Amino acid sequence: MTVPEKIDVAFRDRAASESLLDVAYDLTDSPIGPLLVAATERGLCEIAFDPDPEEEVERLARLHGVRVLRSPRPVDEARRELDEYFEGRRQDFDLPVDLEALPAFQRSVLVELQRVPYGQVDTYGSLAARIGKPKAARAVGGALNRNPVPIVVPCHRIVGSTGNLTGYAGGLERKQLLLSLEGGVLV
Amino acid sequence: MNAVAIPPFERFYEDHRDEIYAYLRKLAGRDVADDAFQETFLRALRAYPRLEHGRHLRAWAYRIATRVAIDERRRRMPAARLPELPADDSRPAYAELDHLTGDLPATERAAVVLRYGYDLNYADIASALGSSEEAARQAASSGVRRLRRRMT
Repeated sequence: MTVPEKIDVAFRDRAASESLLDVAYDLTDSPIGPLLVAATERGLCEIAFDPDPEEEVERLARLHGVRVLRSPRPVDEARRELDEYFEGRRQDFDLPVDLEALPAFQRSVLVELQRVPYGQVDTYGSLAARIGKPKAARAVGGALNRNPVPIVVPCHRIVGSTGNLTGYAGGLERKQLLLSLEGGVLV
Repeated sequence: MNAVAIPPFERFYEDHRDEIYAYLRKLAGRDVADDAFQETFLRALRAYPRLEHGRHLRAWAYRIATRVAIDERRRRMPAARLPELPADDSRPAYAELDHLTGDLPATERAAVVLRYGYDLNYADIASALGSSEEAARQAASSGVRRLRRRMT
């Protein structure tokens, strides 16, 4: 006997509305493939490309606590803003992001990265300089590569000093796609 | 002793939701089961961060479900009235126990259903009932004796 869907959905809703979850997540479609979107009470904590849900759920539990549950409502807002972004109707995300589980250096890189505006690109070196570590371009690259909330925290806007795309955890094709969606000029 | 890691709640829920729902249907009937199901997993979720290891999670889920079902039935039932038998369209083997066990005292009923309907061992039943293994064995056997007396 399987649980009727209505009862299952009601439980997942209530678990979230009673604030019993460390992380709520759901899967969603996008022009760059399926995404897993996850949030804590503090904000968006993960966007994963081509997700393997089981693996992601384990990772979320390690980072944020074992009460991880698929529950669509807490990530509705994130899904809506992402849809608007992909339709070209949104340039800035209003969602809070939760970067608290990250090491301090990575957090400072990602916070600074959020200042790079829609449609523009910047370099690893310049980002390193702006957080006061001008020689740490390579470490900045590493921090971006492990960015848990790509798209919303726009690591796709960071390119090499010669303007080449360099790399992207979600694959260069996606980086290219996001940049052309934003109409960014690639030098 | 090897520590057994506590799985993410999603995995625990997916692994046990169907059997716990079926169990609640048998134990308490459909009307009670729908509410009791949510309450069972909400209680599990509240207690989840306090778990020390991931052993016996299945029995733990049954224990919570049993308590919730008993609480719900007490709450809904006027004193001394016997429960209606749950009506169910899909009747797996253990459902045959329904019409027999419907009016046993709650603990005996749970013990009989868990032992003979779900084939849990007495250690797991004890865990499910929150009692000792000996008490679980006694509850099942006194339930069976009561049924036998009734049938002869």
